[in-house]
Amino acid sequence: MLSRVADSVYWMSRYVERAENVARFIEVNFQLTLDAPALSDEQWSPLVSTSGDHEDFAERYGTASRENVLRFLMFDTRNPNSILSCLRTARENARTVREIISSEMWLHLNKFYLMITSAAAAARSPEPSQELLAEVRLASHLFTGITDATMAHGEAWHFCRLGRKLERADKTSRILDVKYYILLRSVEDVGTPIDDIQWAAVLRSASAFEMYRKRHGRISPRGVVEFLILDREFPRAIQFCLLAARDSLYSISGTPPGTFRYLPEKLLGQLCADMSYGGVDDIISHGLHEYLDELQTQMNRLGIGIHEMFFALKKPPHLAKRPMTIMQGMTQ
Amino acid sequence: MRFDEYEVGEFYDEMFSATSRPQVGARRLLDALQHMPEEEVLNCQKAAERLLLQMGITFNVYGENAGVEKIFPFDILPRIISAIEWSRIERGLKQRIRALNLFIDDIYHEQKIIKDGVVPAEILFSAKSYRQQCVGWNPPRGIWCHITGTDLVRHRDGQIYVLEDNLRCPSGVSYVLENRQLMKNLFPSVFANSRIRPVSDYPLKLRDMLEYLAPDHIDTPRVVLLTPGIYNSAYFEHSFLAQQMGIELVEGRDLVVDDGVVLMRTTKGFERVDVIYRRLDDDFLDPDCFRPDSMLGVPGLMEAYKAGNVALANAPGTGVADDKVVYAYVPRIVKYYLGEEIILPNVPTYICAEEEDLRYVLEHIGELVIKAANESGGYGMLVGPHSTQEQRADFAARVKANPRNYIAQPTLSLSRVPTLIGDKCEGRHVDLRPYILCGKDIFVLPGGLTRVALKKGSLVVNSSQGGGSKDTWVMADSPHVERDQVEVDAAAFAGA
Repeated sequence: MLSRVADSVYWMSRYVERAENVARFIEVNFQLTLDAPALSDEQWSPLVSTSGDHEDFAERYGTASRENVLRFLMFDTRNPNSILSCLRTARENARTVREIISSEMWLHLNKFYLMITSAAAAARSPEPSQELLAEVRLASHLFTGITDATMAHGEAWHFCRLGRKLERADKTSRILDVKYYILLRSVEDVGTPIDDIQWAAVLRSASAFEMYRKRHGRISPRGVVEFLILDREFPRAIQFCLLAARDSLYSISGTPPGTFRYLPEKLLGQLCADMSYGGVDDIISHGLHEYLDELQTQMNRLGIGIHEMFFALKKPPHLAKRPMTIMQGMTQ
Repeated sequence: MRFDEYEVGEFYDEMFSATSRPQVGARRLLDALQHMPEEEVLNCQKAAERLLLQMGITFNVYGENAGVEKIFPFDILPRIISAIEWSRIERGLKQRIRALNLFIDDIYHEQKIIKDGVVPAEILFSAKSYRQQCVGWNPPRGIWCHITGTDLVRHRDGQIYVLEDNLRCPSGVSYVLENRQLMKNLFPSVFANSRIRPVSDYPLKLRDMLEYLAPDHIDTPRVVLLTPGIYNSAYFEHSFLAQQMGIELVEGRDLVVDDGVVLMRTTKGFERVDVIYRRLDDDFLDPDCFRPDSMLGVPGLMEAYKAGNVALANAPGTGVADDKVVYAYVPRIVKYYLGEEIILPNVPTYICAEEEDLRYVLEHIGELVIKAANESGGYGMLVGPHSTQEQRADFAARVKANPRNYIAQPTLSLSRVPTLIGDKCEGRHVDLRPYILCGKDIFVLPGGLTRVALKKGSLVVNSSQGGGSKDTWVMADSPHVERDQVEVDAAAFAGA
């Protein structure tokens, strides 16, 4: 398929997944503030720091009140990672590749986008719209379902899956980070009812609470870490996502599994192997935040590698040998 | 829904005759509409609009924020054409495209028509889209114009006239296809009981035609559609057609010419391209050959084309016949190459480059429609009867300064079709753009795009200036059956 089209389809999926995860972020926080209302206002600024856009936020909004943070994360068109911006970008990408995706995918994505833009127009001071956040999650699920059901599971579909899984792995790691590194007020809180409540909130926002219970029973930090990072069956667990991503990457490249020919295959292969043969004790002794930080760095590197391998402009054989004219340089 | 209050007025109406009888073929639809409660009809219209928005059937308007999409307004009351009438139109269109292809080939080779004094050399060489670079080129299979959209209008005298040919990148066929789909969803019973000729095979015919342009030795030609991108006003159509045909939609940056061959950049490396359906104007196709500042085209594309390594549809250079002054000569062109009288006449046209015509035009400027030779979309035009004294003076000055660049035509009394305006039914002026494919055979899509001027009294149907569209129904009934049916139904209608 065209490199540019693969690029668009990959990012379309990533941005829809991103929008869903921003909604989940916000929901974690709602859950937390509901159970510990005294800490309410201070609970919102960590959300901004996690997204990495705190400088821009501070400049344009000032205080990290609930209202400001919500508007920033949900509807701000100047925040490229707000739910609205994510949908807009996803839709623009979809628009450039309408002929590759099914008409149902387009129809649904367009409706999804229209739903957010009308919510943005209606919201003067966003009352924390839990309903809207739930609808975002649902619309994202629907998009994935329609993609899986109506798109041929060929190269284009694998790029969708690759983008979606990598985004999910990255964002699940950040959801974990929000709780452990930032919200933990002091070491004394570990193991207390507050701690348990907070872990439960994290699990709920990853739609993992019931599945966790089935698997591990009682809530413990160790159990949650093992479940959300290392589980091989739960679809939002990081390892599950990376294994699926690897499967799609190899489907695209055609390289025999267990070997590698290109850099992204090497990086992803190593990541998966480290996870498969590491254990929760390694993670905890290493330090959860440090571990997650490194994981995110590696995934960034992987993203760059994928871009270089599939999307970036290259020179064809004969032209590669000849010096380029200025015009050729501009279009290549 | 009742039509008692519908006024045909002094215009030719496509649905009702002067005595308010239904035109041939309109009977069944009127039956259906009369049995539908008014509210249901209005709901259908609203449902259609909602669906268009959700499906993203839009166009971009130039001059506004980049990427602003608008829904192309759609009216659910169709325009109906009888089988007999259509068969004549079809013959006329085929005749015209045959002559035009011969004409374009001639002027880029021996120019016999100029030497024989039928068309003046200065008119041709001063045409904005005449491409000196195309002289001597031989397009695949000798066809220059593969896809045409010819604009037709009907005057009060009931006669169909050709308003203009569009031989470069005619657009609108995607709306024809989507409108039909919409109508089938809204009025399934009418379709089930009528014999309306289908339009859904257009993408297949188009793809067949494009593949035909590839050299014989290539078993499975690679065909792509070249688009300027999502900010082009017709982008929706580009992606729609590519999807319906099952071919790749590419932009200039996806292609590269290497060693005289056109390649496209894929995730698995470079792959050869054999046929390009290009929705890019000649000017932007190749910075090495045409405009050097074009970022939308592919450097070296023309070299690959000249070497016969890639086919382009439509061939570069066809725009010469889009010039409105050249248009005025088409009846003579048909006579010259085919030895036939033209079947579908031109609108009577005054050529300002000719002295006598120029004098007439300036004297009667208030009664005529004056058009610049190479504008489209309703721009660069003066509608005499609707203009102010100031506008006329301004235009007269322009014409005098550059007479070669203008033609004038009497204002036509365009036919009308009932249209839903609010909750009433009123007549609105329409034109018709059928689409013609020229490959191994000539295929004319039954019907085409009916554009309607939604503003009361307006004659301007273009999407960028307040126009909308309607579905166009060409009936498949045999002429014999139709005649009988008219007798019976007219009586029944009169009695109702």
